[in-house]
Amino acid sequence: MRQFFAFVIKEFYHVFRDPKSMLMLFGMPIMLILLFGFALSNEIKNSKIVICDFAQDPASQRIIDKIEASKNFEIKKFLYDPRQIEQAFKEGNVKLVVVIPNHFNDDLLHLHKAQIQVIADASDPNTANTLTNYITNIVMDYQKEITPFNDLPQQINTEIRMIYNPELKGTTNFVPGVMALVLLLVCVLMTSVSIVKEKEKGTMEVLLVSPMHPLMVVISKAVPYLFLSIVNLSVILLLSVFLLKMPINGSIGLLFFESSLLILTALSLGLLISNSAQSQQQAMLISLMGMLIPVLLFTGFMFPLENMPLPLQIIANVVPSKWYYIIVKSIMIKGLGLSAIWKETLILLGMTVFLLTVSINKFKIRLG
Amino acid sequence: MNRNIVISTDKLTKRFGDFVATNEITFDVYEGEIFGFLGANGAGKTTAMRMLCGLSTPSSGKATIAGFDVYKETEKIKANIGYMSQKFSLYEDLTVQENIRFFGGIYGLSDQKIKSKSNELIQQLGMEKERGKLVGSLPLGWKQKLAFSVAIFHEPKIVFLDEPTGGVDPVTRRQFWDLIYDASDRGITIFVTTHYMDEAEYCNRVSMMVDGYIKALDTPTKLKQQFSAETMDEVFFELARGAKRKAD
Amino acid sequence: MRTLRFLLQKEFRQIFRNRALLPVIFIAPMIQLLIMPLAADYEIKNINISIVDHDHSAYSRQLVSKISSSGYFVISDYGTSFNAAFQQFEKDKSDLILEIPLGFERNLVKENEQKLFIAVNAINGTKAMVGSSYLSRIIASYNADIRLEMTANPRMNPVPNIEVPSINRFNPYLNYPFFMVPGILCTLVTMIGVYMCALNIVKEKEVGTIEQINVTPIKKIHFILGKLIPFWVIGVFLFSVGLFIIAGLVYDIHPLGSIPLLYSFLFLFLTAVLGIGLLISTYSETQQQAMSIAFFFMMIFMLMSGLFTPVDSMPNWAIVIARLNPVTHFIEVVRMVVLKGSGFNDIKYHFLVMTGFALFFNSWAIWNYRKTV
Repeated sequence: MRQFFAFVIKEFYHVFRDPKSMLMLFGMPIMLILLFGFALSNEIKNSKIVICDFAQDPASQRIIDKIEASKNFEIKKFLYDPRQIEQAFKEGNVKLVVVIPNHFNDDLLHLHKAQIQVIADASDPNTANTLTNYITNIVMDYQKEITPFNDLPQQINTEIRMIYNPELKGTTNFVPGVMALVLLLVCVLMTSVSIVKEKEKGTMEVLLVSPMHPLMVVISKAVPYLFLSIVNLSVILLLSVFLLKMPINGSIGLLFFESSLLILTALSLGLLISNSAQSQQQAMLISLMGMLIPVLLFTGFMFPLENMPLPLQIIANVVPSKWYYIIVKSIMIKGLGLSAIWKETLILLGMTVFLLTVSINKFKIRLG
Repeated sequence: MNRNIVISTDKLTKRFGDFVATNEITFDVYEGEIFGFLGANGAGKTTAMRMLCGLSTPSSGKATIAGFDVYKETEKIKANIGYMSQKFSLYEDLTVQENIRFFGGIYGLSDQKIKSKSNELIQQLGMEKERGKLVGSLPLGWKQKLAFSVAIFHEPKIVFLDEPTGGVDPVTRRQFWDLIYDASDRGITIFVTTHYMDEAEYCNRVSMMVDGYIKALDTPTKLKQQFSAETMDEVFFELARGAKRKAD
Repeated sequence: MRTLRFLLQKEFRQIFRNRALLPVIFIAPMIQLLIMPLAADYEIKNINISIVDHDHSAYSRQLVSKISSSGYFVISDYGTSFNAAFQQFEKDKSDLILEIPLGFERNLVKENEQKLFIAVNAINGTKAMVGSSYLSRIIASYNADIRLEMTANPRMNPVPNIEVPSINRFNPYLNYPFFMVPGILCTLVTMIGVYMCALNIVKEKEVGTIEQINVTPIKKIHFILGKLIPFWVIGVFLFSVGLFIIAGLVYDIHPLGSIPLLYSFLFLFLTAVLGIGLLISTYSETQQQAMSIAFFFMMIFMLMSGLFTPVDSMPNWAIVIARLNPVTHFIEVVRMVVLKGSGFNDIKYHFLVMTGFALFFNSWAIWNYRKTV
């Protein structure tokens, strides 16, 4: 036991004496929380649009006023030549053009119908869709305004209640995602590199001839990262609760338990990679190139998993952070207990056991 | 042996802040001689060597290597010397042939010359069968012999060897020194640092650094006489006993 | 010049001989480019809705069928117990619950007013907003239908109707991969450039081969070029394969704009980005350090580039950071030239900025390199 601790302490020294690596280890989660909390947003706002007002009558002016009043738009300029529209799109700043045709007001009064055309830069379909919807809503509002007030019969009203996140804060969605991302990626990266480094330098042999069981040597490499990841996790939670005002509705103990489980899964995966990689360069590139974007996408917090084609959804099941994300949401936001997430917990456990078994076997083969 | 001086230093000093790594060392090395540069770890050997190779600028003092000034003409120095260190010399993931070709080309040898010389070299070393093998797969002794041969491939005036025979069995070490003798006979000056005191015996002259100073400089025979010693080991022990600095 | 030739030969040999690394450099990015755009889809569809219908009247069934035929929703369950529906809701089996009260049809006719209750899972704010707004629209439209049915004379009070037809320029079918593919391609190329370049140089430092290089007459500038050029070539190669084969053949995306223009920007961008790799290598002694620093900055580059979330939506201070991020400009230019056919005049500004970046990073890196290595 004492020998084991000696190894673990040596590993801690390695980590703490390398401030540049620590930058990533600890700086990354803080940076991610700050970015996701304050900088990144899925909302479409401040979009620059252009208005072609050929009508120039009170009705068109009223609509333009409403658009201007909306914080979603910034009216860039008023164009009168349709050919300039294409150019404006190509210059890249304009996302949408609203064309109000001649005789707009007259048409409304006499014909009881009129048109407003919207041309959207659909190279970004999401923005195009959303902006079109915004404009449509504004026009519908205007339509209601000018409708003579009839006592509308058979009125169906709706009461809408937003559950779990009444203020529609983006944080509830991504904080669990950031936790998943950071714990998984950082653990895998650091563990795999740490073990391969010894292999490469040849110091692994030295460790292996020590009286410690080789397995213990390997585990001693993983232990510091287990500890550091829990510290990381605590930092993320503290930042989320105090800086981003996010609640923790469920049991904190359960949260830490499940997080430790994910960390173990990540460490096992790191172990597996380190067994297969010959050099640090390989271990790093496998982790960085091979895992970054897939984990980002398949955890499910940036893009909804249900939107993805079925084969991709199946692939997502292999990504441990996907299950962890569900678990964390259930505990933190919905305030549920183990009974609700036992299935996901079991899956994570299964993954850990599988990964550990495979890597231990590989390790034994290499030695013996 | 010619008496042309190929390396000349005059009060060459290197300071790192308050710490004086080499303290006004002054010596000359003659063309074609095998010059052993000895000393304990931390005595300042490596620092001195790095200055002579043009890798580090002296704090004060003068030095000329192959006739070029150590401050102003480092590029010319580099073109006229060879270097081999214990830590590394050749690219492990390139073949024997590719390594030779690379270093030959770097030193400006024409493609033709490279081709003919490399064939010659490979035959000399008896590595015909290993020509296409990755250097990383060769045993240590072969690597070192090859590294030395590559270091003198471009027929430099001086070749600097930094602990070249570390970790190798005595037989291979002997073979290595045969190569060194060979090179010396061809007129290449050998500047070698080593821990192995028996290798000191192979040198024409030997200098001993202690605590940044050169404490002794003469032929091995004369040094042994001077210190009433039977072996260079004893000479070293005598000189280094009072040393204050222990490790590099 | 000759030394450069020898250096490049050595570099390329070393890279291609590293068997285990080749799939990571070439195959992994292409697979990701193939698959990721399919995953990165913001469109909200297949929203699961639980319907609790206490009324079971003709009206309630009409409403339900209108909802199910809208194409936005999937009715995950239809029952009479709110509690049962809420349990499904908790398990994420449904995203919305619609509760239709008892007596809906009867009361609507008699008392002219009824209320429906909607519960929305708002963890994903965007999804909640979109889902509830779709549902509201469907209910409003259903409301109008009923009114039409019941009103005696529909032509008595003509309601003004404004249509808002929309044209989707450049991407009429609102194809999401169309937008994501160029962005993901840019990100992948950047990653390879930064990681590989930084790691490669630091490896020489760590192993010690740099010492050997330092003693030879190889000029530092040749050494640096010898390190940058191979990755520059690989970057161009990856971009081309990504653009013409994956984007072109698989996603049917073909550059509308000038290809020489696109490539000149690519060349400039690679120079800047490899400069960043070089810079990172001068600040690292070990590969682990290089990797940590590179990873940290790559994350920032990726998230702040407008790849997944729009730059316009960021607060002003964040927009400044985004504008200082070379990847942002690269993605914008590629999107503009490939998807919209923008010309040199349109991207003049980005060219200027990127030149600035290239000069800045490379100068700093070379200056640093001279000092420390």
